[in-house]
Amino acid sequence: MSGFTPTEMMTIAAARALSNDDVCFVGIGAPSAACNVARLTHAPDITLIYESGTIGTAPEVLPLSIGDGELCETAVSTVPVPEMFRYWLQGGRISIGFLGAAQLDRFGNINTTVIGDYNHPKVRLPGGGGAPEIATSCKEVYITMKQSTRGMVEKIDFYTSFGHGDGGDHRQRLGIDTKGPTLLITDLATWKPDPDTKEFTVVSMHPGVTREQVQETCGWKVRFADNVEETPPPSELELSTLRDLQARTERAHGGKKGV
Amino acid sequence: MAKFQSLQEAVAENLRDGDTVAFEGFTHLIPHAAAHEVIRQGRKDLTLIRMTPDIIYDQMIGMGLARKVIFSYAGNPGVGLLRRMRDAIENSWPRSIETVEHSHAAMANAYEAGAAGLPCAVFRGYRGAGLKEVNPAIKSVTCPFTGEELAAVPAHRPDVTFIHAQKASKRGEVLVEGIVGVQKEAVLSAKRAVVTVEEIVDDFDDLHPNLCILPHWTVTSIVHVPGGAHPSYTHGYYDRDNANYLEWDKISADRDLFAQWMKDNVLNVGPEVFAARVQGL
Repeated sequence: MSGFTPTEMMTIAAARALSNDDVCFVGIGAPSAACNVARLTHAPDITLIYESGTIGTAPEVLPLSIGDGELCETAVSTVPVPEMFRYWLQGGRISIGFLGAAQLDRFGNINTTVIGDYNHPKVRLPGGGGAPEIATSCKEVYITMKQSTRGMVEKIDFYTSFGHGDGGDHRQRLGIDTKGPTLLITDLATWKPDPDTKEFTVVSMHPGVTREQVQETCGWKVRFADNVEETPPPSELELSTLRDLQARTERAHGGKKGV
Repeated sequence: MAKFQSLQEAVAENLRDGDTVAFEGFTHLIPHAAAHEVIRQGRKDLTLIRMTPDIIYDQMIGMGLARKVIFSYAGNPGVGLLRRMRDAIENSWPRSIETVEHSHAAMANAYEAGAAGLPCAVFRGYRGAGLKEVNPAIKSVTCPFTGEELAAVPAHRPDVTFIHAQKASKRGEVLVEGIVGVQKEAVLSAKRAVVTVEEIVDDFDDLHPNLCILPHWTVTSIVHVPGGAHPSYTHGYYDRDNANYLEWDKISADRDLFAQWMKDNVLNVGPEVFAARVQGL
């Protein structure tokens, strides 16, 4: 396979983590691309759910928002939003919640709310939306984001969505019986939590990536697994599927404009 | 019994300074035309409730109508941040606003509780989340049967809810199709409800019986505003104007550009401009 970008590798590695049997609650942005690549390649029967109430959706292009019309038109069923959160998410019917993050710590806690103090923020970010309950009600959580020292930090400024807290059995101590973050896919590596401490540990690095690169773009001291594998590069099919999807998306969102 | 009115009359009769008001529509069916009329009439000190404030509240906040905003996702969906809302929070421009922040699950549950006539919503939420440390309206209750600790938030009970919908019948029944969001709950939780619609038809006799229909006696006022959700969309009528959402990021980034845009596109025009805005979408 010829050239591919780190972001393409990230999306494809994330797509591979999903299976045909999954019922996946999809966050907007990078998770949405990964989930739809999975659906268009090895997992045609995956159930994708967006928080707008669209269950089993199969969009031709990536939605700009979680409530684009195509999500509803292609869905098996569209339910009211209170029902979405009560029966489907809280009811424990979702196997995987797929989230992005502005700030992330080593235990998979996510901040998308503020940089700085909550009451006097340096930067006010959008906030949690559905994420606080996605993080605790889905059976497990996958996270995808690009690495940077601003994004992957020693301590997050706000606990928008709870991961493993301070690590160890912190979830259980709060009465949360779901697994929480079990996978982190970045543009450089694939990470899994240590079984005991729950600290994210690099288990696979993408082709051509060095340990130094992973460390330089991460704000905490990175732990590597005893046997770090190399992520298989994108296949022709994976890459063309992703690129076609993005080209269709670009045409659909850039082309139309009202007066 | 729903009254058929002009948008100017419906807003003047139903929304007062200091009211708590919800303009709902989950990405779909956002009642932009109604909000623009409220801006033209210059209502003040409003408490705005909405899951995703979206462009609609960015405009109302930027024009200084809001005293308080109760919300769960302050983003421009798919684009980024809401720059007028941020300017109000970070720099008190054009005035300071109080914010009450929830998760989507809490907001949806709070509307449902309001519609159900309950004082609060109970759900399994906010576990480990920072919002419960900064929002005193998030409390917990213990299940009397299992002992499980659950989250509780006050029900939403707006003075007025505004929504946009596909159709009303001449009798005043309202049809909502597609992503139905929290439209029904927002209407049933409010004291008064104003609905703008794409079309008014004779009756709903040929519709599937399970379609989301609000009976005429649950709606205070109905206004015919074709295109009234733009740049949001109306399923079956026109698509979301995604390019417009992208463009808003630039307009809202600059106070002067924003003020000029509001003058040209809101203050100096009327609801009749919306029909032309959705042509070709």
